[in-house]
Amino acid sequence: MTRSPGREQVSRVLQQHGALMVLAALAIVGSIAFDSFATAGNAASIVVSSSFTAIIAIGMTFVIISGGIDLSVGSLFVFGGVLAAYGSQYGLFVALALPLAACGLVGLLQGLLIARTGMAPFIVTLAGMLGVRGLMLAISDEGATTYLVKDSAFARLGQGGLLGLTWPVYITALLAVAAMVLLQRTAFGQNVYAVGGNEPGAALMGVPVARTKVYVYLMSGLLAGLAGVLNAARLSSGVTILGIGLELDVIAAVVIGGTLLTGGAGGITGTIAGVLLLGVIQSLINQVGNLTSAFQQVVSGLFLALVVVAQRLLGRAQRLG
Amino acid sequence: MSQSAAPVLEARQISKRFPGVVALDGVSLALLPGEVHALVGENGAGKSTLIKVFTGVHRPDGGELIYNGSPTAFGTPLDAQRAGISTIYQEVNLVPMMSVARNLMLGREPRGRLGVIDTARMYGEAERILAGYGVVTDVRRPLRTLGMGVQQMVALARAVAIDARVVIMDEPTSSLEPREVETLFSVIRKLKDDGIAVVYVSHRLDELYEVCDRVTVLRDGRVAHTGPLAELERLKLIALMLGRDLDEVRTGGLTRFSRDRRQARDRDGAQPAVRAEGLTRRQVLRGVDVSVWPGEVVGLGGLLGAGRSETAKGIVGALPLDAGRVVVAGRPLRTGSTTAAIRAGVSLLPEDRKAEGIIPALSVRENIALAALPSLSRAGVVSDAKIDKIVDVFMRRLRIKAASPDQPVQELSGGNQQKVLLARWLAIRPKILLLDEPTRGIDVGAKAEVQALVDELAEEGLGVLLISSDLEELVEGADRILVLREGEVVGELSGDDVTEDKIMASIAERGAESDG
Ligand SMILES: Nc1ncnc2c1ncn2[C@@H]1O[C@H](COP(=O)(O)OP(=O)(O)OP(=O)(O)O)[C@@H](O)[C@H]1O
Ligand SMILES: [Mg+2]
Repeated sequence: MTRSPGREQVSRVLQQHGALMVLAALAIVGSIAFDSFATAGNAASIVVSSSFTAIIAIGMTFVIISGGIDLSVGSLFVFGGVLAAYGSQYGLFVALALPLAACGLVGLLQGLLIARTGMAPFIVTLAGMLGVRGLMLAISDEGATTYLVKDSAFARLGQGGLLGLTWPVYITALLAVAAMVLLQRTAFGQNVYAVGGNEPGAALMGVPVARTKVYVYLMSGLLAGLAGVLNAARLSSGVTILGIGLELDVIAAVVIGGTLLTGGAGGITGTIAGVLLLGVIQSLINQVGNLTSAFQQVVSGLFLALVVVAQRLLGRAQRLG
Repeated sequence: MSQSAAPVLEARQISKRFPGVVALDGVSLALLPGEVHALVGENGAGKSTLIKVFTGVHRPDGGELIYNGSPTAFGTPLDAQRAGISTIYQEVNLVPMMSVARNLMLGREPRGRLGVIDTARMYGEAERILAGYGVVTDVRRPLRTLGMGVQQMVALARAVAIDARVVIMDEPTSSLEPREVETLFSVIRKLKDDGIAVVYVSHRLDELYEVCDRVTVLRDGRVAHTGPLAELERLKLIALMLGRDLDEVRTGGLTRFSRDRRQARDRDGAQPAVRAEGLTRRQVLRGVDVSVWPGEVVGLGGLLGAGRSETAKGIVGALPLDAGRVVVAGRPLRTGSTTAAIRAGVSLLPEDRKAEGIIPALSVRENIALAALPSLSRAGVVSDAKIDKIVDVFMRRLRIKAASPDQPVQELSGGNQQKVLLARWLAIRPKILLLDEPTRGIDVGAKAEVQALVDELAEEGLGVLLISSDLEELVEGADRILVLREGEVVGELSGDDVTEDKIMASIAERGAESDG
């Protein structure tokens, strides 16, 4: 008596792997259209520049699946970078530990506020975003001070590498695999889906809802900080005025990757595909040459709208299936 | 069951207040190991609230809980679950987007190497567990793609699989078919043999007499009666629930809603109110033909997954069809459009009310008036007086228990939420009304009232299509019955042939054929 309508399965596959398919298609089109696109150098540069967004997007995926949103990641990315550059004068350990502790703390506080007081994630993390950015401006004289990286071991973390790819790329890959296991194969991951899919129901099923939320925001804060750390190592400096609007790019990548903004569904593979997709679009627009980078935002925006519409239709097809 | 055994769970003088209502007022209840304890009462009597006090969802304002002989206060449902109290809540409380297996195993997934979830084993175990409940399905599918009945079986399997000393079931049969109810009962009997205490809430009295040992009747948050069930006559039980005299109940005919079945009318020349032809949808419907004449109540019978809800959805355009057409009063309806259906006067009370109907944060008044607004307004201006009147009539007739018409619907008890939705559809007075499980979760008193209302509407010339897994309700309410099986109409019963036995026979007959 089992019904297995093919339509429903197709729409589920599209939902989960649509970004990957479009990514592959664009890569093929790009290689045919532009000679300089399909070079190892270009591919490496797309991957390297995407890795920082990807790290943040991994954390954001957990947040969005749990039914929340984290607007503070752009600010934390910068915060982490500046603290890393500042800390590097005391050696590699401080350069890593200081920013991670600080960003983790901000994430933890946000998570506690959201989980314990029931305040809206949008509001709490908006406050976090503004607060951290204000703090940045204050300690850097309105962005005039730039902290330079003083430790060469630390700089190598961002600039060194293997086989044409820098260490941050490998770190991202490791994190992505770990995140996948965490999400799909641990109780914590299941709880994240359950909280996002039906919060009151999850509570009745015995899921520790508040704790799950706290962990999710803690993780997002830590990962945003880590991305900032690696970026500071790459640039050998902590620049305070970067990262404005970064949170929106990250959210866009996650949603393009098939994670539902309403929570309860999504995954890491999609997110990575979404990040790379935005990177490829950027690269293709650069190939065209005479288009400004502002144009990239227009394309990304259109693409995002398309994805959201498609998700609604696919979701409908699945429900009716 | 030994009466002398110490209670495993005991409520002593429990009180619970919500703004404007005293939901529980000094309720005491002792639950013995190995007994099935029925908890009954009208909608809003406080059954679910008591259960939620047992399981740590609500903190009582007064009184105490004794579990295993010592005073206890569970802080969260998780604490209660860990202590061995397992619950199926009134609203199926699972995660619709997660797969069947993950829902079933959430919180106790089998671990493999490195403490990571062993998915292969998880799927295998889930399949095995569900097969024990007669559910054969792809456990990797999202739960929401399955019918309500299957979802409820998953909830049941989940609750029972947890190592429990007390299993609480708040209206577990509301979306189950007779066959699944049998499965449930055998599960309950097994629990009982294992010495587990079961709390059983239901508005279907037959079921209570079949599985329960003792009964506690709640009325307006107080215990009206506790005692062995077998000694309690059915009418007496109803009288206790409603708080009326036994004689009044007996003469009032509250339980038996009987009337003469309308004979098939002279249909030559007349047009059916709605005629659906060859409704087809891959895997679900295989050419279903249904006609409903004005003034007729047509029942749809059949097992779960037979395509009854899908037929109704197909008629109103809520299910995309591969083939088939719907003709309303002689005019073909544009398929796949609910707007067109509503405009033509066809409306559906959906089965899954939570997902498809109720607007939790709006008031009772707004929820009732919502669909009727166009007919209650002139040039876009709504007449408040008319709304008040309709709302008042339905709140009274269906006995909707709310602090006021302005109370948000989400604060009402489960059954009262159902009544609000039912009122919404009855209030719009369409030409054709499709009712999918209209009395699910509604108490005995209001049930008779619903049937009377439906009958009145039919007398006024409305065509009604009635879907109910409660055979008694189908037999009492319908003039004619179509039996569906696997997306096909396999039998039609009318006149004196409309009996529970004949419906069952019609389902079984075909079943034997296709199985053989
Ligand atoms: N969260 C809440 N806020 C306000 N009032 C509530 C809330 N939950 C329940 N109530 C009220 O408490 C009373 C008892 O409700 P309860 O859900 O326990 O009834 P019930 O016996 O389970 O009824 P049903 O048979 O309809 O499920 C009702 O009047 C209801 O409106
Ligand atoms: Mg209830």
